Amino acid sequence: MIVAGIDVGGKNVHVVITKNSTILAKVGGPTGINKAKAAEQLYEEALKQAGLKRGDVTRVVATGSSGSRVTFADGVIPDAAADARGVIQLIPSARTVIDVGAEEGRAIKISPEGKVLDFAINEKCAAGTGTFVDTMARALEVSVEEMAKLSLQSTRSIPMNAQCAVFGESEVVSLIHQKTPRPDIARAVHDAIAGRIGSVARIVGLEKDVVMIGGVANNAGFVESLKRDIGMEVKVPSDPDFAGALGAAVAAAAGVLAEKVEAKVVEKEKIEEGKA
Amino acid sequence: MVEAKKIEYWRWPESVWVNPAIDWRKSKIITTGVDIGSVSSKCVVMVDGALYAYSSMRTGSDSPDSAWKVVNAALKDTGMTVDNFDYCIGTGYGRVNVPMAQQTITEIACHARGANWMYGSEVRTVMDMGGQDCKAIRCDDRGKVLKFMMNDKCAAGTGRGMEVFADLIRVPVWEIGPRSFQIEKEPPSISSTCVVFAKTEVVGLLQEGVPENEIMAAYCAAMAHRILELLNRLGVEDKFAITGGIAKNIGVVKRLEKELGKKTMEQVWVRPDMREAKIPFDTMIAGGIGAALFSLAMLERGKVKSARKA
Amino acid sequence: MQAFYGFKDGSGDWFLILDTDKCNACGKCVEVCPAKALKIAEDEYDPFREEPVAKVRDEERKKLRYTCAPCRPGYGEKPPPCVAACEFGAISHSEGWKLLYGR
Repeated sequence: MIVAGIDVGGKNVHVVITKNSTILAKVGGPTGINKAKAAEQLYEEALKQAGLKRGDVTRVVATGSSGSRVTFADGVIPDAAADARGVIQLIPSARTVIDVGAEEGRAIKISPEGKVLDFAINEKCAAGTGTFVDTMARALEVSVEEMAKLSLQSTRSIPMNAQCAVFGESEVVSLIHQKTPRPDIARAVHDAIAGRIGSVARIVGLEKDVVMIGGVANNAGFVESLKRDIGMEVKVPSDPDFAGALGAAVAAAAGVLAEKVEAKVVEKEKIEEGKA
Repeated sequence: MVEAKKIEYWRWPESVWVNPAIDWRKSKIITTGVDIGSVSSKCVVMVDGALYAYSSMRTGSDSPDSAWKVVNAALKDTGMTVDNFDYCIGTGYGRVNVPMAQQTITEIACHARGANWMYGSEVRTVMDMGGQDCKAIRCDDRGKVLKFMMNDKCAAGTGRGMEVFADLIRVPVWEIGPRSFQIEKEPPSISSTCVVFAKTEVVGLLQEGVPENEIMAAYCAAMAHRILELLNRLGVEDKFAITGGIAKNIGVVKRLEKELGKKTMEQVWVRPDMREAKIPFDTMIAGGIGAALFSLAMLERGKVKSARKA
Repeated sequence: MQAFYGFKDGSGDWFLILDTDKCNACGKCVEVCPAKALKIAEDEYDPFREEPVAKVRDEERKKLRYTCAPCRPGYGEKPPPCVAACEFGAISHSEGWKLLYGR
């Protein structure tokens, strides 16, 4: 059976098409302003990559902060549920999932079967998300990839005062003026956000294996900072930003078109979704 | 290619005022408040408890530099020098390094005291928005702090939140207020609580071709809402006054009044026991006024001695 | 005088509320806080008060959400150590932690 998972995030859309657990296509691209259109276009691209037509796909399940915008989806499941299924598929020993995307950071406790046992979230504030890293990279005038490399070269930790992406940007500019070495600034940025993510992870409890996914998982500098903060090893699967879409595809294959996740905050998410 | 001069869209113009009705040489006690903020600094000189002079200027490269800048601006052409001060109190973010101050007091206490003087003893709730913070204060009839809440963590609901927006749409902040009312209908407010995410929302609206004035209305509404959330958490007791730069932005003030269902207070600029020229005071000097008044109180209560040298 | 230490942003209200009228600066809360977030200092909000009071350290204010989270204010099985240690009831927390993470 051929199925598709589409993860519509704040910054990027990820699409995964699978046939009996084999990945046929993986496509990602910017969400932009028109989310429905971006989802549609990237889905078409993924079909092309797999050499398929729409009719070949039995089921499509969407997820992500704007998953509900995918008009042609057969079902929509919450991010945490998609993440859990995706990660268990990639790393069966995973028990704690840390997903940091552009607009949200979350920690999920999962069962060996890929069910969500508990989760906690950092939302509505850029400081706990990938956007924080992007903003600081701009202030440092480097790409995020370069920032990751710089951060790994640093040998000391400087605390950041600012707990906000906007104030943080001025602080970085200030540090640059004070001639603070760039590697140390890059590391300070990663340490700062790792502290916030680590704190959210401790709320659900850190059980190994701890697996990180989402766009920010591609940032090796951040992953180092996170390992230091939680004092544990962190595993990152390849293409970690596709884990959510993969999980949605897994749900599609299992015929799961909707799912309730057990945590108080998801009610707030559902209420907010209505507004979006 | 000629580089366009960098316009600062969001900084309020500097101001200086000296009271023409007072001859300071005939006075007994001169007290001063110096408020060093992260974005703007202020100096207030009071003579026997009456407002004599004030200045509101850009914060300089550091606290001592800013302090001298505002003191010199306020005293220019008056013939007064710092040696004439009986007592000076520093306040604000940069208060620890004010060279001419004998003591420091937090801005929360100074703002409450200053608002009590500027708006009268009926004020019970003060909201002050600075360049990088927002304070909500409940006080008693003497301007003593009963309850306070400050946000300096999150840029939303601070002057910086307005800066990001003004720079993005390239409209000076003194135009944003009035223009936000030149609209056909009140638009829905920007929904993101975070300035970074709100910026993306604004870009989206601009791309959709929404008229600029409407976008300004939407942003002012969002800012008014942020302030309201802080105020409601504290509890708003009548009467309510707004100080700081934001008080000059009618786009935010009027929308806040509407959501609160209360009007903000008008400045009381004629004290019943003093004769003064009738000029509206810069709303940003509340902290400086409070500091100058505390200076007077400290001297009058005998808690400190005069530092006057000339 | 009620001092609200912490912050409020889109994610919620994260305040430790210290009632200085009830505080006698005994220092018990300072001792028991696992994050060492409290200290005794002069009352900076009432320039005429001579006695010191407890307050939250400046470094912790802007990240208080994360500082206080391990003690589960408002939803833990027991109240946070600082709240329990204060015999005058001068310390309380806002609802942010309970609303977002309470079960």
